[in-house]
Amino acid sequence: MLNTSTKSPLPGDVAMWVLILAELSVFALLFLTYAVNRQIHPELFFNGQQQLHPIAGSIITIALLSASFFVALSVNLFKQQKSRRAAYAMWTAVSFGLVYLAVKSWEYQQLFDLDIGLSTDSFFTFYYLLTVFHLLHVILGLGLLCYVASKLLTSKWHEPNIMESIASYWHMVDLVWLILFPLLYLVH
Amino acid sequence: MKFQSQAVAKPYFIAAIVLFIGQIIFGLVMGLQYVIGDFLFPAIPFNVARMVHTNLLIIWLLFGFMGSAYYLIPEESETELYSPKLAIALFWIFLAAGVLTIIGYLAVPYATLAHITGNDLLPTMGREFLEMPTITKVGIVIVALGFLFNIGMTVLKGRKTAISMIMIMGQVGLAVFFLFSFYNPENLILDKIFWWWVVHLWVEGVWELIMGSILAFVLIKTTGVDREIIEKWLYMIIAMALITGILGTGHHYFWIGAPEYWQLIGSVFSAMEPIPFFMMTLFAFNMVNQRRREHPNKAAVLWALGTAVMAFLGAGVWGFLHTLAPVNYFTHGTQITAAHGHMAFYGAYVMIVLTMISYSMPMMRGRAAANSKASQTVEMWSFWLMTVAMVFITLFLTGAGILQIFLQRMGDSPQNFMVVQERIQIFYWLREAAGVMFFIGLMTYVASFFVKGKEATLKG
Repeated sequence: MLNTSTKSPLPGDVAMWVLILAELSVFALLFLTYAVNRQIHPELFFNGQQQLHPIAGSIITIALLSASFFVALSVNLFKQQKSRRAAYAMWTAVSFGLVYLAVKSWEYQQLFDLDIGLSTDSFFTFYYLLTVFHLLHVILGLGLLCYVASKLLTSKWHEPNIMESIASYWHMVDLVWLILFPLLYLVH
Repeated sequence: MKFQSQAVAKPYFIAAIVLFIGQIIFGLVMGLQYVIGDFLFPAIPFNVARMVHTNLLIIWLLFGFMGSAYYLIPEESETELYSPKLAIALFWIFLAAGVLTIIGYLAVPYATLAHITGNDLLPTMGREFLEMPTITKVGIVIVALGFLFNIGMTVLKGRKTAISMIMIMGQVGLAVFFLFSFYNPENLILDKIFWWWVVHLWVEGVWELIMGSILAFVLIKTTGVDREIIEKWLYMIIAMALITGILGTGHHYFWIGAPEYWQLIGSVFSAMEPIPFFMMTLFAFNMVNQRRREHPNKAAVLWALGTAVMAFLGAGVWGFLHTLAPVNYFTHGTQITAAHGHMAFYGAYVMIVLTMISYSMPMMRGRAAANSKASQTVEMWSFWLMTVAMVFITLFLTGAGILQIFLQRMGDSPQNFMVVQERIQIFYWLREAAGVMFFIGLMTYVASFFVKGKEATLKG
C-alpha cells in the first residue's frame, strides 16, 4: 500500500485512496450517529423530513450523477488523447456541479425563511451538519475539476495520475450524496 | 550543515532545553504539592507553580518551533536565511520577554504583576495558559511577525517545497490564532469559545502542520526516500489533521454554554482526530523501512519513530478516550484530562522538537552528520527514560482519573472533591516517582551533549 510509485489496480494515486477512505469513515460515523439518533426520536425525525423538498433533492441527485458521468467521460477522452473534448466534458461536469450549488442554496433559503436553523432540533442539526459538510466537499471537488478542465484546455498537459485521482475524489463526493439523499429525504 | 545561516537555530535550541529543565522542575514541585499541600507555601503556591510549568512549556516549544524553522527553511529553500541578524535579535527579545515573565510570576503576586504591566489598559490576563502579561503577548506578536517575515523572505527568494510551505502555513496559523488571546469579552461563554481558538487550534490544528513538516524533513534526510513520496504522505496527513481538527474544536464546547449541536459536531469530528496521528505512525515506520541509506544519526531516527508512536497514543488514543460527549460528561476536568495532556504534549510536540534538535544539533556543532556512538547511546538512554517515565505518568494519572470519576461522580453516594483527592493520593505519589524518573532522563539527555568520542560517519 505504501510504495505509491508502483502500479496499483486502483485508478489514480494510492494517496488519494487513503484520503477517500478516511473521508468515507468520517461520513460513516456521521451516518451511524444519525441512525442512532433517529432510532431515539423517530417522531421528530419524521416531522423534520416533512419540511424538506424531495424534488430538490432529486434534482441534486440527477445533477451530481450527470456530473460524475461527464467526469468519467472526460477521463476516457483524455486517455484517447482527445484533450479538447475532454476539457469540454469536464466543464459540463462543472456546470452540473453548479446546479447542485444553486438548488442547495435555494433549499437553505427556504428553511431559513421558516426560521429553521442548526439548533431547531436534532434532526436539523444533522441535516445542516451533513449537507454543509458535503457541500464543502463539493466546493473543493469543483475547484479541482476546474483546475483539471483549465489545464486540459490550455497546455499540452499530460498527468493521468492527477486526472484519475481527482475523478476518484469526485466520485466519492457523488457516492456520499447517494447515501445522504435517501437517508435525509426519503427513508421514513 | 548546508548553509551557514542555519546555525541561528542553535541558540533557540539551547534556550529551549534550558527552559524545558525549568518546566520539569516546576512539574516536580507541583507534583509534590498534590500530596504535600503546603510544600513551598507561601513562596510558590500551587497556582503559580502550575502557571510556570505550563507557560514554560509553551515558551520552550515556541523556541523549538522557531529554531526548527530557521534550520529547515534555508535548507529546503536552498538559500541562506534572509536575515540571520534579525533572527538573533528576535531570539534575545523573546528570551528576555520569556524570562522576565517567569520572574514576574515568581517574584510578585499575580494581581500585582497585572497591575504593574498595565493589564488595565488592555485586559488579557488571568486565563489558563494565556496568563502572561499583555505586554508579553505584544512581544510574542512582534517576535512572531519578525520571524514570519524572515522565513517568508527566505522562501520567496529560494526553492519552494511542500515541506517549507506547510511549515510556513503552520507558523502563520500559530501567529494568527494567538491574536485571539487579545480578545477578552465580558461574556464568559464567548471568552471560552475564543480562548479555545488559541489553545485547541494550536495543538490540534496548526501545530500539527509544524509537526508534520519537521517529521517529513527529518525523514527525507535520514531515510533518503524520494521527496515525492514523503510529500504525498505529508499532504494526506495535513488534510486529515485539518478536516478533523478544526471542527473537532467542538469537543471543548460541550458544557460551556454553547449550543447543544456542538455535542454532536465535537464528538464526531474529534473522534476522527486520531486518524492523522495514526497516519503519521504509518508514515514514519514505512519511510524508515523503505530507507535507501543508513544514516549514522540513529538517535534522530529513534526520536522520529518515537514521536510518531507517542503522538498517536497520547494525542490520538488518550484523546479519544474522553472526547465523546456522553463519556466527557463524566470525565470532564478530571485527572483523565491531565493524563491526556501530558502524553499528548510530550509525544507530539516535545518529541518532535527533540527529533529536530537531535538531527540538526550535531551538524551545528561542527560534526559531519552525527554525534559519536557513545554520545548517541547516552541520548537513546535518555529517550527511553523519558518516554517510559511519561508512559508511567500517563498510566498513573489515568488510574487516578478513573478512581476519581468513580468516587466523585458515579454511584449512590458521590464524595466531595477533597475527600476523593485524599483517597487517590497513592497515584499522585507514583506519578511523582515517575516524574523523578523523567527528570533523570532529561539530565541524561543534557549529559549526552557532553559525551565525546569518534564521530559516526555517513554510509551508503
